[in-house]
Amino acid sequence: MAMNNQGRPSDAGAGAGQTSGIVTISGDRGLDHEEKLIFELGHGAVGVDLPDVKIADDRLGGMRRKGAVGLPGLSEPETIRHYVRLSRKNYAIDSGLYPLGSCTMKHNPRLNEKMARLPGFGDLHPLAPASATQGALAMISELMKWLTVLTGMPAVAMSPKAGAHGELCGLLAIRAALEARGEGHRKRILVPESAHGTNPATAAFAGFTVDEVPAKPDGHVDADALEAKLGPDVAAIMLTNPNTCGLFEPRVKEMADAVHAAGGYFYCDGANFNAIAGKVRPGDLGIDAMHINLHKTFSTPHGGGGPGAGPVVLSERLAAFAPLPLLVHDAKGFRLIETRAEAPEGAQPFGRMCAFHGQMGMFTRALSYMLSHGRDGVRQASEDAVLSANYILASLKDVMSAPFGEGPCMHEALFDDSFLEGSGVTTLDFAKAMIDEGYHPMTMYFPLVVHGAMLIEPTESESKESLDRFIHVLRTLALEAKTGQTARFEGAPHFAPRRRLDETLAARKPILRWKPAQLQEAAE
Amino acid sequence: MRYLPLTTDDRRAMMAKIGVSEIDALFRDVPKGAIAPLSAFNLPDTQGELEVDRAMSKLAAKNIAAGSAPTFCGAGAYKHHVPSAVDHLTQRSEFLTSYTPYQPEIAQGTLQYLFEFQTQVALLTGMEVANASLYDGSTATAEAVLMAQRVTKRSKAILSGGLHPHYAETVDTVAGLFGEMKRAPVTPGSAEDIIALIDEDTACVVVQSPDVYGLIRNLRPIADAAHAKGALLIAVVTEIVSLGLLESPGAQGADIVAAEGQSIGNGLNFGGPYVGLFATREKFLRQMPGRLTGETVDAEGRRGFVLTLSTREQHIRRENATSNICTNSGLCTLAFTIHMTLLGEEGLSRLARLNHAKAVALADRLGKLKGVEVLTPAFFNEFTVKLSKPAAAVVDALAAKGILAGVPASRLGGAADLLIVAATETATDDDFAALEAALNRALA
Repeated sequence: MAMNNQGRPSDAGAGAGQTSGIVTISGDRGLDHEEKLIFELGHGAVGVDLPDVKIADDRLGGMRRKGAVGLPGLSEPETIRHYVRLSRKNYAIDSGLYPLGSCTMKHNPRLNEKMARLPGFGDLHPLAPASATQGALAMISELMKWLTVLTGMPAVAMSPKAGAHGELCGLLAIRAALEARGEGHRKRILVPESAHGTNPATAAFAGFTVDEVPAKPDGHVDADALEAKLGPDVAAIMLTNPNTCGLFEPRVKEMADAVHAAGGYFYCDGANFNAIAGKVRPGDLGIDAMHINLHKTFSTPHGGGGPGAGPVVLSERLAAFAPLPLLVHDAKGFRLIETRAEAPEGAQPFGRMCAFHGQMGMFTRALSYMLSHGRDGVRQASEDAVLSANYILASLKDVMSAPFGEGPCMHEALFDDSFLEGSGVTTLDFAKAMIDEGYHPMTMYFPLVVHGAMLIEPTESESKESLDRFIHVLRTLALEAKTGQTARFEGAPHFAPRRRLDETLAARKPILRWKPAQLQEAAE
Repeated sequence: MRYLPLTTDDRRAMMAKIGVSEIDALFRDVPKGAIAPLSAFNLPDTQGELEVDRAMSKLAAKNIAAGSAPTFCGAGAYKHHVPSAVDHLTQRSEFLTSYTPYQPEIAQGTLQYLFEFQTQVALLTGMEVANASLYDGSTATAEAVLMAQRVTKRSKAILSGGLHPHYAETVDTVAGLFGEMKRAPVTPGSAEDIIALIDEDTACVVVQSPDVYGLIRNLRPIADAAHAKGALLIAVVTEIVSLGLLESPGAQGADIVAAEGQSIGNGLNFGGPYVGLFATREKFLRQMPGRLTGETVDAEGRRGFVLTLSTREQHIRRENATSNICTNSGLCTLAFTIHMTLLGEEGLSRLARLNHAKAVALADRLGKLKGVEVLTPAFFNEFTVKLSKPAAAVVDALAAKGILAGVPASRLGGAADLLIVAATETATDDDFAALEAALNRALA
């Protein structure tokens, strides 16, 4: 077997096939093919046919490339086989229940893919003249209407490219509003300790300082502690509601009123909007800004970690500070305001989040989802998501440990690792054993306020039969762990394309790219 | 509702198990009166596929798709032919409907293509390491400036006048919170003297090449001058195909490369989603933003890939993270990687040469027209012309004739008489003739 400069195998093969006791000749195992890197497969073939134009007299200002890039050459069939083989090493919502709490892995309707690929949307240039883009702008306007009606908020900024980008947009709007009031000295943001990591990271990114608010033993934010921390230097509170423990904050309006009375704003992390969409309007709760993860609530595909989209709804108090571009509609039709100079009376855009106008490809998918569901379907989806999570909680609470009691929960059921105490099985082992049972594990070790957390979000996309099967597997795993039958947990997973991977080694001696043999030798 | 598997009977049975008799009992923590009746939402009810398809298609039909017209729009987003295999592969369920590879044992597909992507980006840009992508070129540029501020512990950035104005504004919005973002003046078609602006307080110089007006810049002298003052050079590339023909930013001394990868594998999509490329020197590795995929071994000694160095990231470091970014541009990186694999060395070189040849031919033809002056002496597939009439009006007039003539500089805050024109491999001789004839009429 070839070794790289770390003394690790540089091709797929010889180690494969060992778990069954039979070592295969090829290193492959039935449908599970080992697959080399394209750099190891390339052999000078080419997967496109383009004319070989010679340029004798270039106009490149003397900056023509002298050396080769170093890219491998593969034909189309080789390329397709390579990526198809890789794809089969992935778990996906299309192939099984994906209970990753706070990530909302729900069904991705294929109609939405088709709509996003209509040439009028998918093949439209962002700087084509307004006359050539009226349908696209009308589409965005329709989506904005849905988002504002569902949230009960008057305005929405469409350009943020993901949830964390939306958080940044919301906090920059707050910053601009404070500065416009002459209160730019307000720099402290209150963030619960149960918050997503993006919340404190975004606050720091936007130039604020973070002050943590503790959680109460029942999983809710300690509203009294929060109110006690309010003061003239507080810019905002940043709450997730429903919160990361899967609970609705019962004192949310009280906290909103308190922060407003103290001169601050209420930013809501909308990651969990999918529990209440079509049922509760965040605008009715006193929220000033909230991002909406279109890839969660409105089911644009997660794509292995993106792209997402994070439009931000804004209250009356923040609407004027929305970033460029602004979409306006007048007698001449729709058009985009792209510079501060063109901004309408009263608008004070704080800046620009990105080039162009946002994640159009996600907008078409999200609107297609909304039109398909309708207001009744959106409401039903929220109710089903909450119902399914509570069904899981009710079915597992006697064998696993629910830190916040009998429920109800919202769209996520949270467990801690106290049921594993003394078993020698960790949350990680438990999760990895789920892989052998054909499931993607739940979110582990988050939220941080719960020891060994396991956060299960079934979403509304699972049938009762699917939930029952999942519950049966988890009950059995829990009972086995508690009764000392731990063999299946040791070193799990056993049946995945890979056994546990050495993450410490990866971080200690980072290999972040393939290098040709001579470079590897030189590095030694 | 076709996407919801639970039946009324299922719901009843599940509520019985939970011990509630109505769904709102599960929403008991919602403040009184905050559950809105359905009638509070003035929106339509459930519709079938056919109705939704019809409504969306009607809106799509009101736009002029780039592929349906002679198209010369660029300025940061480019019309290229994407091989059919790319979209077919990216739509595979296992890629499309998976999440961030937090469980590497069942996510090797995503992790391995990200490792391939990082390698391709490092090779193209001439840098040592690349991350698994950021949102797009503009946000990657903003992250690059923030990183330069961290590395140099200085706050000021100097932005070239040829930097795409949307990029400059994106940088200003974020990094401008922490220091001065000084924008150099711009003369379209010529290089400003940016070196004179670099001083001991400068964290970085940001230079785009080819710039927003199409001009190819020599980065080497700027890199040397920046390094002499302890500053970093951030090279920005909005047309990544250009690197098939142009010297890489790494070879010219860039410290960070921030680029837009849309041209490879990804459609125009009216501006997004796109894919931000981010590459740098190994010595700055731990100051990098975004996800990184690394090679390792599994418990049986087999090669495998994992997300790594995550102690830089928000879910571990929270307010001390290098960035707040949580996602990357997953599926767009996959499209990029597959297209780049199909191209390979020879395909990319041919594609880049073809683009340049088309643009040279178009520039020569337009340069002969009355009322048109080509301003860009050295360019890749895009250049700027000065028109005898306001460019926005000319573009509108040509759009009415079904021709997308380019991007008026005024749309980006530039001069009224300038038009930015791009020609890629998709432009035909007929397209050139149509543009020529229509411009002649419009400028007459």
